[in-house]
Amino acid sequence: MENNRYDVIVIGAGPAGLAAAEAAHKGGAGRILLLERDNTLGGILNQCIHNGFGLHYFKEELTGPEYAGRFIELVRKTNVEVKTDTMVLAVTPEKRVHAVNEKDGYIVLEAASIVLCMGCRERTRGAISIPGARPAGVFTAGAAQRYLNIEGYMVGHRVVILGSGDIGLIMARRMTLEGAKVLACVEVMPYSGGLTRNIVQCLHDYNIPLYLSHTVTKIEGEGRLTGVTVQQVDENRAPVPGTEMHFDCDTLLLSVGLIPENELSGGAGVEMDRRHNGPMVYENMETSVPGIFAAGNVVHVHDLVDFVTGESQRAGAAAARFARQGPAPEGRVLEVENGASVTYTVPGKIRLANVDKAVEIFFRVNRVCGNSVIRVMAGSEQLAAYKREHLAPGEMERISVPRVLLEKADGCITVSVEEA
Amino acid sequence: MLDVAVIGCGIVGANVAYLLSQHKLRAAVFEKENDVSMGTTRANSAIVHAGYDPEPGTAMARLNVRGSALTKEQCAAFDVKYRQIGSLVLAFSDEEMATVRRLYENGVANGVPGVRVLTREETLAMEPNLSDAVCGALYAPSAAIVEPWDLALALAEAAVENGVELHLETAVTGAEKISGGWRLHTAKGDFEARAVVNAAGVEADLVAAMAGEPGFTTIPSRGEYYLLDKSQGYVVNHVVFQCPNRDGKGVLVSPTVHYNLIVGPNAEPSGREDVSTQADALAFVREKAVKSVPGVNFRENIRNFAGVRANTDQSDFIIGETAPGFITLGGIKSPGLSSAPAIAEDALALVAGAGVALEKKESFVHTRTKKRFNEMTPQQKAEAIRENPLYGRVICRCETVTEGEIVDALHRPIPPRTIDGVKRRCTAGMGRCQGGFCGPRVHEIIARELGISQQDVLKDRAGSYIITGTTKEGGLHHGE
Repeated sequence: MENNRYDVIVIGAGPAGLAAAEAAHKGGAGRILLLERDNTLGGILNQCIHNGFGLHYFKEELTGPEYAGRFIELVRKTNVEVKTDTMVLAVTPEKRVHAVNEKDGYIVLEAASIVLCMGCRERTRGAISIPGARPAGVFTAGAAQRYLNIEGYMVGHRVVILGSGDIGLIMARRMTLEGAKVLACVEVMPYSGGLTRNIVQCLHDYNIPLYLSHTVTKIEGEGRLTGVTVQQVDENRAPVPGTEMHFDCDTLLLSVGLIPENELSGGAGVEMDRRHNGPMVYENMETSVPGIFAAGNVVHVHDLVDFVTGESQRAGAAAARFARQGPAPEGRVLEVENGASVTYTVPGKIRLANVDKAVEIFFRVNRVCGNSVIRVMAGSEQLAAYKREHLAPGEMERISVPRVLLEKADGCITVSVEEA
Repeated sequence: MLDVAVIGCGIVGANVAYLLSQHKLRAAVFEKENDVSMGTTRANSAIVHAGYDPEPGTAMARLNVRGSALTKEQCAAFDVKYRQIGSLVLAFSDEEMATVRRLYENGVANGVPGVRVLTREETLAMEPNLSDAVCGALYAPSAAIVEPWDLALALAEAAVENGVELHLETAVTGAEKISGGWRLHTAKGDFEARAVVNAAGVEADLVAAMAGEPGFTTIPSRGEYYLLDKSQGYVVNHVVFQCPNRDGKGVLVSPTVHYNLIVGPNAEPSGREDVSTQADALAFVREKAVKSVPGVNFRENIRNFAGVRANTDQSDFIIGETAPGFITLGGIKSPGLSSAPAIAEDALALVAGAGVALEKKESFVHTRTKKRFNEMTPQQKAEAIRENPLYGRVICRCETVTEGEIVDALHRPIPPRTIDGVKRRCTAGMGRCQGGFCGPRVHEIIARELGISQQDVLKDRAGSYIITGTTKEGGLHHGE
């Protein structure tokens, strides 16, 4: 009988899971298991063959597969056990993991601590209710990316992209390089949802027009897509009559947002934070269930993989510590709340006794801000302030708040952005 | 010469084919699409109506009540998803309470079991998430929800296993009276049959006109829907209707057999095959739905779709001979799904009347079982994987559908050849990511199992190709 008891089980072997497993090993956890539903490690990075990964973490520019490869190498050098082609069906609050694969069949594993690293999925046409026909040729950008970069298939010749999220922008360039004509990138918001560098390198460099405050209002085609109607929207995102533009195209790629994949988290009894649609996490990425941690896009959607890595290393190290020493010290808990212009914060709560020197707080803004001050307040008292020249919803922000300053707060702190 | 030719393989054609297959005769079904259940059968409210709507004395009233009882038996025999959850028709005014009482009277006259009128308090106790404005409701415990496309498929498969020929992608383009029967012109040549059953749905009038004077005209009426994530599947526990109006049964809110929430439909004149959705129609559906259930969270929408009702210039179903031996089942609008098995019984009587001898076979396929991994206990899952390791490979993450189920579906008597065909058979791609993850993998499995190129696998109907070529470098499939 195989021993099904582990110190740490990591669910998902994308960038978050790889970093968490490696950090759990470094942190002294004995028996570690990494579970992956796909047949290879690396997650979505495997289909991200463009460069731009690793500038912060490795200080060099890598492709997605290269970035994943570095961590796969690190994990291979440890005694972390890996099961690929293995689907986790349930995680229980008692920290049992139910999973299936071809070889082991139905298995129930136990862990002292668990790290949830399931990543996210793409929002679909249904999520935004685009009217019209339902032909082939409407893809989420990530699904199209898989066809091109993993399978080697082209998915169309004349392309419109809805949404200026990073995957959509990357696919605009990729489809162009493969000989397709990308007619337009259409964004419903008055600003882009992706990184500035991707707007420049993927649209401007190829003369692909970006229509801000526009959306697709009709999809046409019986078998395959034959065209879309694009319309300007008003400040309430309602289409403006008379602004219709028609594009003859056979492909519509959707890059309209990502949703953390938390079906397993719900079953584990983990409390969710509705601000970012992921688990509420403490300073060390522990969820509301002691010994269950979460990191990466399953918690909140990141802009750069480098930050996923950092966050997941913290989660992995904390999971190892939990397995060795049990629960983190209790004591004073601070809630971290949204102030002006802020849509969410991670962490959602801070246990002061568990903070070493400082806490990193990640957040996003809900509008484009020029010269601004980020303020961390405890009631009417300002604990810290940080200057930024530019903040945008498409880019995640990060501040580090020293523990000595947090000591001054009681109950809750707020993070807000004030434009100069 | 065929004994019977059936035109159309939706829920009505499939029921007729299944009944025919129980008899010692030669029958064939002609379907213009590349799969069964491709018309109204795959895009409707998926309700087995109790039978209080039709006016007493109509064919509709008789066939609805009998049909819904038969549907329940069929779903049990063929392992088709079916849940008898009961329905409520809500009233929001004294006038609507009068309608509710009239429907109650209809129900009693039509022999609908267990119908009763509920007070406001009783209604809200049954469905706490309903609007406070509700005044009362009609409760019909025998109403049920079903997976219509799978029921038609199961019946068509049984018919095929029992010897009925199924010709897909075979549109019937003309009919000619010949001695002792009919000659049908089709996309695959001529076929002769002693009797013809026209089950062509929204095109039944056009098909009837090939043989004679149809006596009715289809007035297609499109209905549009929202399908919401399972997170919303528990907002209501019954099929929640509003009072019917001139255009139909109004906007309903109901759980589906897969524990999603379905909301719709509106009713708008449309083309016979125009199943596109419109922004204003969807807005209308939302607005009506929240009148019944204010808390429906439309942000959890995963798909919009539309279907076309085969409304006609007549209020009742149209069942009879267009010409001698040419039987038309026309105007099969709601409650057509609920009535279909009973309509097929009428059709068979007409076939017999046309001189085709109906001698029952001693034995025939009358059951089906389906393995659904996500409904198994852990022990059953372990056993399924031991028997076939492909059951240990989860392909569709949202609905937990395994490769084993997909491969099983691809080797059934009517194998799917499209991504949506697989979806209808085993729910892969039906969940919240809408095939974003599993679509490409289902695509590969179809090509592998059917021995065809991935480039020849369609998403859905003819022309719905997915791949336009290979990339410059190629990928996994470089050199194909």
